[in-house]
Amino acid sequence: MPFKSTPQPFNAAINAVTVGVGDKAMTLGGENVLPLYTFDAPISNPPKIGFEITDTGLELAVPGIAALYEGAATIGERAKKAETLEGVDFISLKFAGADPNGENKSAEDCAAVAKEVAGATSLPIVVEGCGNAEKDAVLFEKVADALADKNVLFLSAKEENYKAVGAAVGLAYGQKVGAESSVDINLAKQLNVLLSQLGVKNENIAINPGSAAVGYGFEYVASTMERIKAAALSQNDTSLQMPIVTPIASEAFGVKEAIVSEEDMPEWGPAEQRGIDMEISTAVSAIAYGSNAVILRHPESVKTVSSFVKAMTE
Amino acid sequence: MALKGLDIFKITPKTNCKECGNPTCMAFAMKVAQGAIPLEKCPHISAEVMAELSEATAPPMKTIKIGAGDKEFTLGGETVLARHEKTFVSKPLYAVSVCTGQSDEKREKVLSALDTIDYDRIGERMYVELIEVNDGTGDKDQFIELTKKALTYNRTLVLSTTNAETAKEALALCKDEKPVLNGATPDNYQEMNAVATEAGVVLGVCADTLDALYDTVAALEGLGNKNLILTVSDKSMKDAFAFAVQIRRAALKNNDRTFGYPSLVHVNRLAAGDHNMQTALASLFTAKYGSIVVMEEMTYSQALPLYGLRQNIFTDPQKPMKVEPGIYPLNGADENSICMTTVDFALTYFVVSGEIERSGVPVNLLISDAGGYSVLTAWAAGKLSASSIGKFFDEFEIEKKIKNRTLVLPGKVAVLKGEVEERLPNWNVVVGTNEAVELVKFLKEFKG
Repeated sequence: MPFKSTPQPFNAAINAVTVGVGDKAMTLGGENVLPLYTFDAPISNPPKIGFEITDTGLELAVPGIAALYEGAATIGERAKKAETLEGVDFISLKFAGADPNGENKSAEDCAAVAKEVAGATSLPIVVEGCGNAEKDAVLFEKVADALADKNVLFLSAKEENYKAVGAAVGLAYGQKVGAESSVDINLAKQLNVLLSQLGVKNENIAINPGSAAVGYGFEYVASTMERIKAAALSQNDTSLQMPIVTPIASEAFGVKEAIVSEEDMPEWGPAEQRGIDMEISTAVSAIAYGSNAVILRHPESVKTVSSFVKAMTE
Repeated sequence: MALKGLDIFKITPKTNCKECGNPTCMAFAMKVAQGAIPLEKCPHISAEVMAELSEATAPPMKTIKIGAGDKEFTLGGETVLARHEKTFVSKPLYAVSVCTGQSDEKREKVLSALDTIDYDRIGERMYVELIEVNDGTGDKDQFIELTKKALTYNRTLVLSTTNAETAKEALALCKDEKPVLNGATPDNYQEMNAVATEAGVVLGVCADTLDALYDTVAALEGLGNKNLILTVSDKSMKDAFAFAVQIRRAALKNNDRTFGYPSLVHVNRLAAGDHNMQTALASLFTAKYGSIVVMEEMTYSQALPLYGLRQNIFTDPQKPMKVEPGIYPLNGADENSICMTTVDFALTYFVVSGEIERSGVPVNLLISDAGGYSVLTAWAAGKLSASSIGKFFDEFEIEKKIKNRTLVLPGKVAVLKGEVEERLPNWNVVVGTNEAVELVKFLKEFKG
């Protein structure tokens, strides 16, 4: 009796959400199978790879990243260089400098930076805030206005600021809203429901149900994403069918394994390679459990994760 | 197929004799159906019925043991496809690969790293458990020599060769250590089966397609061998993943016992020479359905994320990860450094200790037993209180061991300050930050 290999696609699918404009616009989601299960049905929109650029240039402390940007004086020039990296699907512009507890850059300044980056690249743009709910709401509104015709995804609207962000970004400017919750399927669902009640259409929402570096509570991230995909696909739960976007960069490069210097831990070897391995491992794990897009910081990680995705889905 | 409680009830004597320790036969049947107690507990079920049923009640995926003594490991035995459904029972094992015909220099590099990567992470020993010996040249003597060399590294071996003669001689060297013999194919499975069965070791089966693999496993089972591991395709990453998922899914979801065995993945062959891609693939197969993951080598930069990932995924979701209570001196802290306290929930410990390390300020981090809960949960459950902290101070003789008298409490339990001051009158009790990320600033600005 031969093995019966039965494809097991679902009757429901993840929403297809398009970000960016023109030839390079990208579509997240759309699949009716579990992550990377191409043997069940083809995955027409493979997971996308984003490259993170910060307004403060904090990533330039890593030699391999600084090397990419050699000769680039402005953030626009950095965006141009980032675009040449093979495997990059979108630019993720992070306004780390807007944090009121840090440099506290004004929303207007940030909007100008966003315009400069958008002028330099034709890749889709994802905007990451500083994490301060109040400031992000103001910041996103200005940036949404500055990039009005660019179909940008904003990360993120949270429980504390979803009304302001949803109304400004999603309703007034028709941009894409990223809904962020902290590793709990019910919180993720609740925020999606609240955003739809506000009037934001499902096809304009992507979600970030939490992220963590591997080894740092990643099991919660993994199980939350697995349960979201299971509910979306097998139970056709329309309030959980949004594609998942996971910022990996700051998680992976923020843990001890990536930070501690080689002088302090000689047997661990160079810190940069540890950051790369941490980023690759976290990104691939996130994709395996359901991310439709990951945001990375190191060119080497981009190279590996993009060829991984290509090999797994083509 | 798993049996329902009522099906089992039908074959019990229905006398409620209580000899099995249960009040009624129905209660017994229900527990058997849940897998809580074995059918054998009932002394009145005949041997024939028992044999018939044990097949039906057997778990869908077999539990396979490899290695011997303190190098014995358990693979398989899984009952669910996702960790939130129940619990994964067997973590994947990592192997490094040595091969006949490869340069001495390369081999030395792979093997010498084994001693370096051996550390403790939340009470679990992290090291490369296995060495795979590959028959690269087909030369028997070289394979035997390499096996001898690998044996000196005190690891359980995976002997990969498709030559039954070579396998036999290699096993003669080490069969008591119960290595895996990997190399049964649709062409040679009969000879390989004879060698593996005689030596009493687990046999690894490989084939180019899922169909051929399935048929070969069925043929081996027909020969009475149910001590197997299935090697996934090494033709492409996509095929390898398709094999791993479909094998596991067939066994657990579709109750096809022929595929109810652990799997072995050759990451080293899927991405030869590509360090970063091997990190990617090892992560993928740790997350999904690899039981043995073979890598070209294991470097520290790969071990740190991989072992962290494995520890995360293969913990029991119903049991929080805990660190041992005690004094953790950070940044070179001594008896004159300030003390901070938090709970023993591993994630809390990691985040808090990470931020303290980032601050560079010497701190004695005091971890008391709080049942493995996070700060607020532990407080709400009464596991983190002035008396639990006081008890910890007594048990660990903190006042004798540390001269400094400043204790920082987690900001979220600021309400405990008064009670802690009462319980520890000699101490200057300070309320710390609500979130760990604020600790760097807090500690840098903290004066005495």
